[in-house]
Amino acid sequence: MRHLLSIADLGRDGIEEVLAVSEAFAEVERRPIPKVPTLRGKVVATLFFEESTRTRLSFETAAKRLSSDVLSFSAASSSLKKGESLRDTVETVEAMGIDALVVRHPSAGAAHQVARWAHRARVVNAGDGWHEHPTQALLDCFTVRQVLAEQAGKEAASLGVGCFAGLRVLVVGDVRHSRVARSEVLAYTALGARVTLAAPGSLLPSSLEGWPVTVADDLDAALGEADVVSLLRLQAERGSGAFVPSLREYTAHWGLTARRADRLADHAIVTHPGPMVRGVEIASDVAELPHSVVTRQVTNGVAVRMAVLFLLLGAGGPSGPARSEPVSPEAETAGSPEPVPVDPVLPGAAIGVGGG
Amino acid sequence: MAERERSHTRPLGGVFVAHARVLSATDMQRALTRMAHEIVERNSGLDDIVLVGLQTGGVPLARRMADVLDGLGDAAIPVGMLDVAFYRDDIGLRPVLPEAATDIPVDLTGRIVVLVDDVLFTGRTVRAALNALSDFGRARAVQLAVMVDRGHRELPIRPDFVGKNLPTQREEMVDVTEDGVSIGKLEGR
Repeated sequence: MRHLLSIADLGRDGIEEVLAVSEAFAEVERRPIPKVPTLRGKVVATLFFEESTRTRLSFETAAKRLSSDVLSFSAASSSLKKGESLRDTVETVEAMGIDALVVRHPSAGAAHQVARWAHRARVVNAGDGWHEHPTQALLDCFTVRQVLAEQAGKEAASLGVGCFAGLRVLVVGDVRHSRVARSEVLAYTALGARVTLAAPGSLLPSSLEGWPVTVADDLDAALGEADVVSLLRLQAERGSGAFVPSLREYTAHWGLTARRADRLADHAIVTHPGPMVRGVEIASDVAELPHSVVTRQVTNGVAVRMAVLFLLLGAGGPSGPARSEPVSPEAETAGSPEPVPVDPVLPGAAIGVGGG
Repeated sequence: MAERERSHTRPLGGVFVAHARVLSATDMQRALTRMAHEIVERNSGLDDIVLVGLQTGGVPLARRMADVLDGLGDAAIPVGMLDVAFYRDDIGLRPVLPEAATDIPVDLTGRIVVLVDDVLFTGRTVRAALNALSDFGRARAVQLAVMVDRGHRELPIRPDFVGKNLPTQREEMVDVTEDGVSIGKLEGR
């Protein structure tokens, strides 16, 4: 694996490997000194062109626990303000000998574009517009497996990915604007789970063609059937507010209220990528129920991101230009902007181009 | 460690072909019993002893060693296991992945840790293990028990308890299983 841009890069085996290595790093996190010397001398830069609390902190914690050096870049305090292009920013950062770029950007395809420009550095997509957020989906799978293992009284590692076969996953909320939803659909279905979307029509992607999912129009009925409920935040900064009549009406029809939570099966797991907006997609009391694994997701996020950085920078043997894919002359000379790649698996993602 | 050696020695993933049986299963059990007594003798008892098996070859040996030691003392000896992948000095030079779980059941501060492995070769795994152990507390002492010392050290590391000293050639391979110890070569894929 050279870059992690989309869950589609991993496939079932790749996801299984990330989960297995994450398990080893979760053990590291439980140690008195939760730090290993694995990536000494490597430099990881986080390039965030969009705000974030947990993803950025999580990646930086992960990189530091692997003993790599961490550089932090935020658009607000950079030369972007002076008119520097994304390409020049990437090339500048790369010229400093940086080994991995963790990129968050409001435009779909930005991480793919950065990967095309990066000759040496490995690129991790930490969220690109409406498109994908692969590490979030990986940590969701990791957390779900951990809970399934506890329910079965087994070691999580011993379950492999077989525990996802036939698992009923219900994704509720603003699917249209959610990169988490796209990555989750790819990840869960690759592992053999059955994914159902529950959202008002206005918050579903304009086309679901090619999505291996079913759509539930009645949330109340679907909740009782679900093993895993993935709640999504209403993305006000991407204009979700205009897609629903009012927040109260959204909550009444699509929020996980205390009354609806009663319908959940005893074993059901409720995930949320954060930040939660209590009182909109999830009632405050519900966020505290035993079903909710939100805090655990955050904890596991560090182990999963350690695994991703280790697999990109450490596990594969010799790295650097010698092993990088050849760069075609056109790609070298083509001026920005280049066409933004469209994910072949989820065509609906294309609507996210230039979003935010 | 024989397995790890095998998977890391070129050609990667070759087939081990045994040329000679060096220790039988009975010989191995006798060696384990002797080493257990040496551990008791060296430490004047079994107070504060913790066994830590190195993944993957050292773990079953550590368990068997603990079975013998449990018969010699009053209390059960804690047994841990350690995978040193994240501490190796060849990360980035060849593929490195954790092979099995790490589980250190007690705080090592003030304890006497006996590292257990099947084969001692270059000493690089033990170097990595010493690094890893220090993240679990400051042990009072760390000692090293191996079933086979085959020489060719690349670091100043020596074992405290040895099942068998076995002179080898560098390209030879030592295989330790439940049934005994064999010496042989790795044949190409």
